[in-house]
Amino acid sequence: MAFALDLDRLLAGGLLLMSFLLLYQDRLGSLIDLFAFQALLLALAVSWQAHLQDAPHLLIAASLALIVKSLIIPGALRRIIARLGIRNEIETALSVPQSLLLGLALTALALITTARLTPAAAALAREDVAFALAVVLLGLLIMVGRRNAIAQVVGFMSLENGLVLAASGARGMPLVVEISTALAVLISLIVTGVFIFRIRERFDTVDVAALEPHQGERG
Amino acid sequence: MSAALLILIPLLPALAALVLFVIRAETLARLLNIGTSAAMLAASLALALSPAPRRAGFLAADGLSLFFLLLSAFIGATSSLFSDGYLALERRAGRLSARGRRLYHAMFQGLMASLALALLADGTGMMWFGIELGTLSAVLIVGLYRTPAALEAAWKYFILGSVGIALALFGTILLYLAAASVVGEGSAAMRWDVLLAHARAFDPGLMDLAFVFLFLGYGTKAALVPLHAWLADAHAEGPTPVSAVLSGLLLNVAFYAIIRFKGIFNANPAALAPQPIMIGLGLLSLLFAALMLYRRRDLKRFFAYSSIEHMGLLAFGFGLGGAAANFAALWHLLMHGLTKSALFFLTGRLAQLRGSQKIADLGGLTATHPRLGVPLAIGMLAIAGLPPFGLFASEFLLISATLRTATAWLALPLVLGLLLAAGALLLRLGALAFPTSAAVPAPAQRGGARETSWRTVGPALLHLALVLWAGLAMPGRLAAWLDVLAHGIG
Repeated sequence: MAFALDLDRLLAGGLLLMSFLLLYQDRLGSLIDLFAFQALLLALAVSWQAHLQDAPHLLIAASLALIVKSLIIPGALRRIIARLGIRNEIETALSVPQSLLLGLALTALALITTARLTPAAAALAREDVAFALAVVLLGLLIMVGRRNAIAQVVGFMSLENGLVLAASGARGMPLVVEISTALAVLISLIVTGVFIFRIRERFDTVDVAALEPHQGERG
Repeated sequence: MSAALLILIPLLPALAALVLFVIRAETLARLLNIGTSAAMLAASLALALSPAPRRAGFLAADGLSLFFLLLSAFIGATSSLFSDGYLALERRAGRLSARGRRLYHAMFQGLMASLALALLADGTGMMWFGIELGTLSAVLIVGLYRTPAALEAAWKYFILGSVGIALALFGTILLYLAAASVVGEGSAAMRWDVLLAHARAFDPGLMDLAFVFLFLGYGTKAALVPLHAWLADAHAEGPTPVSAVLSGLLLNVAFYAIIRFKGIFNANPAALAPQPIMIGLGLLSLLFAALMLYRRRDLKRFFAYSSIEHMGLLAFGFGLGGAAANFAALWHLLMHGLTKSALFFLTGRLAQLRGSQKIADLGGLTATHPRLGVPLAIGMLAIAGLPPFGLFASEFLLISATLRTATAWLALPLVLGLLLAAGALLLRLGALAFPTSAAVPAPAQRGGARETSWRTVGPALLHLALVLWAGLAMPGRLAAWLDVLAHGIG
C-alpha cells in the first residue's frame, strides 16, 4: 500500500512540477510541449487512481486526458501557430523570479489550507486535494501573468488538469463529472479556436492587448 | 407524467437548437424558435401543476427550482418573440448574415436548454454542467456581430466565465468529498436533499474550502463586485435580446446556485458562515454600481450596471437570511427580471431606430417615439424602485427586514445605495425622456420599417404591466407561495 501511495504522490507532484515549469516558460512552442507532458502525467495519475479504487470508468477519463489533452489539443495549437505565423516569444507580465516566488507562495497556501483538514477525510483524498489545489492556483497565475491568448488558454487547461486530478481522487464520484470535464475542455477548445482565428483575422496578432483599444467605454 | 415533463423541458430546446443550426429556411426557423419557447413555457406550467414527487433520474423539481424555471421560461418566451422582430430588422439592415441568424437561434435555444438543465438538476454536478453549457452558448451569442468590441467582450466573458466555472467545479468536488465521508460514496453525495439533511455532520475544514471556491465561482457568474468585469461589455456588445436574457435569466440562475449552497453551508454551524461574505459583497456591489451609474454614457452599459446594483441587493437580501429578507429578495428577483428585460427590449428597438445606443443620442424619446419612449420612462421609474411598481414593495420589505435584525445599522448603507442608484436613474431619465437643446432628435435612420409592431413593444408592455400589477395588488397566491419558499431557504 505504501508503494501505491508513493506512486500516486509522485505523479501528482510531477503535475505540480510541470505547472512550475509552465509558469516561467516564455516560448509558445515549449509551453505547449510542457502542457502536453503535464496531460500525459495526468493520464497516468488518473489510470493509477482507476487501479487503486478499482474504478474502471476512470480509465475513460484517463484516455480522454491522453488523447485529447496531450495529443489533439497541443497538435491543433501548434498548427494554429504555424499557419498564422505567430511569434514564438510570449510577453510576460511578471519576471521569472517574481512568478516563481508567487508560485511558491500559492503552493504553500494550498498546503497550509489542506493541512487544516481533519484526517476524517480519507488521507489519500487529502493529499490529492493539496496537489490539485496547488495546480489550480498555479494555473490561475499562469493566466494572469500572460498577455498572449494562446498562453492564457494553456494556463486555463493546466488549471483544468488540476480539476481532473481532484475529481479522480474523490472516491466514487459519479462519472458525470469526468465526462463533463472532458466535454468542457473539448468545447472550450472549439470556442477558443474560433476566437483565436477571429482575433487573428482582425488584428494580425494574438496579443490580447491589441483588443484593448476596442473596449469602448472603460469598465 | 411529471417525469416525462422533467425530461422534456430541457430536451425540447436542446433538440430545437440542433435543428435550428441546420435548417436554412428562415421563416420556418423563426416559427420554430418562437414555438419551442412557447412549448417550454407550457411544459414548465404543466410541471408546476403536476403532483409533488417530481423526479426522474438526475432531474428533480421542488418549489425553488420551479419558481426559477417559470420565470426563465416566461422571459425566454417573451425574448424569443421580441428577438423575432429585432433580428428581422437586423437582417434587412445587413448587420446580420444568414449564418449569423442560424447561430443566434441555435445558441438561444441551447442557452434555454442548459439553463433548464441547471435548474432541474437534482444535484451539484449536473447543475454545474448546465451552467457551464449555458455560459458557452452565451459567449457565442455575445460575439455574434464580430466587431472588434464584440469580440473583446466575448473573449473577456469567455475567460472570466471559464475561470469562474472551473473554480465552481473545484468547490463542487470538495463538497462531494465532505459529503462522501458522511453519506457514503456515489451520486447520493451530490443530491440537494441529501446534502441539506446531512450538512451538519460534514467536515468543517473541507466545507470552508468548498465554500470559498463555490462562492468565487458562482459569484463570478452572478457578477458580484469585484467579479463583475465581464458583465457590462457582454451586455453592451451582444445583440439586445441577449442582454435581456443575460440580465433576466443567466444572472438569476447563478443566484439559484448561490441560494442552494447557502442553505447547505448554513446548516453546518462549525463551517464558515456565508452571511457576512454575502452581505459584504452585496453592499459593495450595490454602492459601487450605484456610483458607476453616474459615469455611464451608453444606455445598454447603464442598464448593465443597474443589473450589478440589483444583484448586489439580492446578495444582501439572501445573505441576511430569515423568512422576511428571503421573501423580499425572491420578490425582487422576480420583479427585476421582468423590468430589466423589458428595458432592454425597448432600448434595443430604440437603438435600431436612432442608430446609436449612446444616451446623448437618445434624447427626447417621449416626443419622437412615444410608443417606445413612454414605456422606457415608466420602466426606468420602476427599476429605480419608485411606487407603485413591484420593485418598491421588495426594496421596502428588504429595508424593514434589515431594521428588525440585530444589525439594523446595515440599513444605512443599503438605503444610501438605493438612493444613489435612483438618483442616477432619474437624472438619465430626464435626459432621455425630454428633448434638450443640445440633442435635436434625429429622424429615424435605420431599420426603416414602422416604428413599432406588437412583437417589439408587446413583450415589454406585458412585463411592465405585470410589474405594475404586482406592485399594486401584491397577488395573494403568489405571495403565499414565495413565503413558503422563503421559509425553506433558511
